[in-house]
Amino acid sequence: MSNLFTRRRFLIGSTLSASALTLSGCDLLDQNADIATVLRSAEQLTMKAQRLLQGRSALAREFDEKDISPSFRVNGTSAPDSDEYAALVETQFAEWRLKIDGLVDQPREFSLADLKALPARTQITRHDCVEGWSAIGKWTGVPLASLLRLTGLKPTARYVVLHCADELEKTLDGSGRYYESIDLIDAVHPQTILAYQMNGQNLSVGHGAPLRLRVERQLGYKQAKYIMRIELVDSFAALWGGNGGFWEDRGYEWYAGI
Amino acid sequence: MNETASNDNVRYPRMVYIRRHSVVTRLTHWLNVLCLSFLLLSGLQIFNAHPELYWGHYGANGDPAVLTIGSSDDASGPSGFVRVAGLQVPTTGVLGVSNVNGEPTERAFPYWATIPSFQDLASGRRWHFFFAWLFVLNGTLYLGFSVLSGHFRRDLAPTARELSPRHLGREVLDHARLRFPEGEDARHYNALQKLTYLAVIVVLLPLMILTGLTMSPGVDSALPILVEIFGGRQSARTIHFLTASALVIFVIVHVVMVVLSGTWNNIRSMITGRYAIKQNGPQI
Repeated sequence: MSNLFTRRRFLIGSTLSASALTLSGCDLLDQNADIATVLRSAEQLTMKAQRLLQGRSALAREFDEKDISPSFRVNGTSAPDSDEYAALVETQFAEWRLKIDGLVDQPREFSLADLKALPARTQITRHDCVEGWSAIGKWTGVPLASLLRLTGLKPTARYVVLHCADELEKTLDGSGRYYESIDLIDAVHPQTILAYQMNGQNLSVGHGAPLRLRVERQLGYKQAKYIMRIELVDSFAALWGGNGGFWEDRGYEWYAGI
Repeated sequence: MNETASNDNVRYPRMVYIRRHSVVTRLTHWLNVLCLSFLLLSGLQIFNAHPELYWGHYGANGDPAVLTIGSSDDASGPSGFVRVAGLQVPTTGVLGVSNVNGEPTERAFPYWATIPSFQDLASGRRWHFFFAWLFVLNGTLYLGFSVLSGHFRRDLAPTARELSPRHLGREVLDHARLRFPEGEDARHYNALQKLTYLAVIVVLLPLMILTGLTMSPGVDSALPILVEIFGGRQSARTIHFLTASALVIFVIVHVVMVVLSGTWNNIRSMITGRYAIKQNGPQI
């Protein structure tokens, strides 16, 4: 009996240490740069496969008023804490201007009133956070495509970069400032809008006042809030961490369709 | 059938070796073990980012939850719990609160059950999606091979006789008494094996892939029917979790059965293909 017990103890002990070994092994694998490159190759495969299935214009599902979430969680920054932003809130964004520049034929500035005067689109869609939760809200705004038609695009323009007012991480060099980017396929998609209203009200500060992106076939972190400037670029390699967005610079996929 | 029946020099009972598993079955089986291990552990990492499940299209903090793994803090320190349909069970030490470097830490699944061991959703997702692709390719290879080679028809499809309540009842009793098929009967899967393997191959594993895809907003726009089938992204996430739990239970039972019915013989047959069966000699 005691023999059996020691043997069992030994077996349990060795199983435990074997799993401990595997786990620290997994963390070692996790930190290995070559393995990270191999794992990242799946992102390209996912993007190509999804784009193939979607075509350019497959729409995200649109819901009815009755499907709207009773409370829509505020996520990321809940209020940018710069003096500049506080001043904009003070005047209810009367002084705010959306700049569109970079690889465009004609750089332009739009006030909130200018944007509201343009034809709008309203859509009730599901917001999917990378963490796993979802909320349904109604968004009203200007299709990004109509603004890009007004500015025109240079032939080299490939990505739309959204520069935001919020600093999600405090850093000395400013690399904690939120930004995002999408390619032109998503930029001209009919449901890609710059929203100034949510659930029939002007966008609240928590949800990104005065203007946020809705790019409905991707996850929540692509839906940049507090947009100040839109820049057309041929590559985002020179921006901050070079990966095309705040979360992308912190290890998340640039293509957030999954 | 029995070519050695007339050979007087053979002594019984004796062991004969049959070819149990084809090379494709063996290869895809072990690749599947690899994929499902990484998918499970990275999946728990992803779950930890929002350890609550809902039903329907939407669900976030404050919405009615189907399952919550959470923690609360009071004078005696943090305590973990699992709450299912209003019923709350304390799980401090394993779920909700578990030790990280000796410190009680608030996290749904403990460090030893996640890849990586520390909280890192971005990294968990990279592992998960890489192995999800490998899993799908491996599964496609297996399914294609099994249909074309007749593996499904020959080895996995139960016969009408095997499906009779009488036969199934006897097999359940035999399994409960740990009496496993011997001799000629051991050449083939028994009916319970066939039904279990088919349920895993045709129901559980495809369900994992489909509910996984339904959580992707990109896939939802391309194949809106998926959201319809599962009743919403949050329902799909809940089914994904439940199906993964069912697979974990399957693997536990599977490994126990492998051990009870001849560990080395079973493992060897899945590595080299050779499986020993005992022949009791010709019936005279």
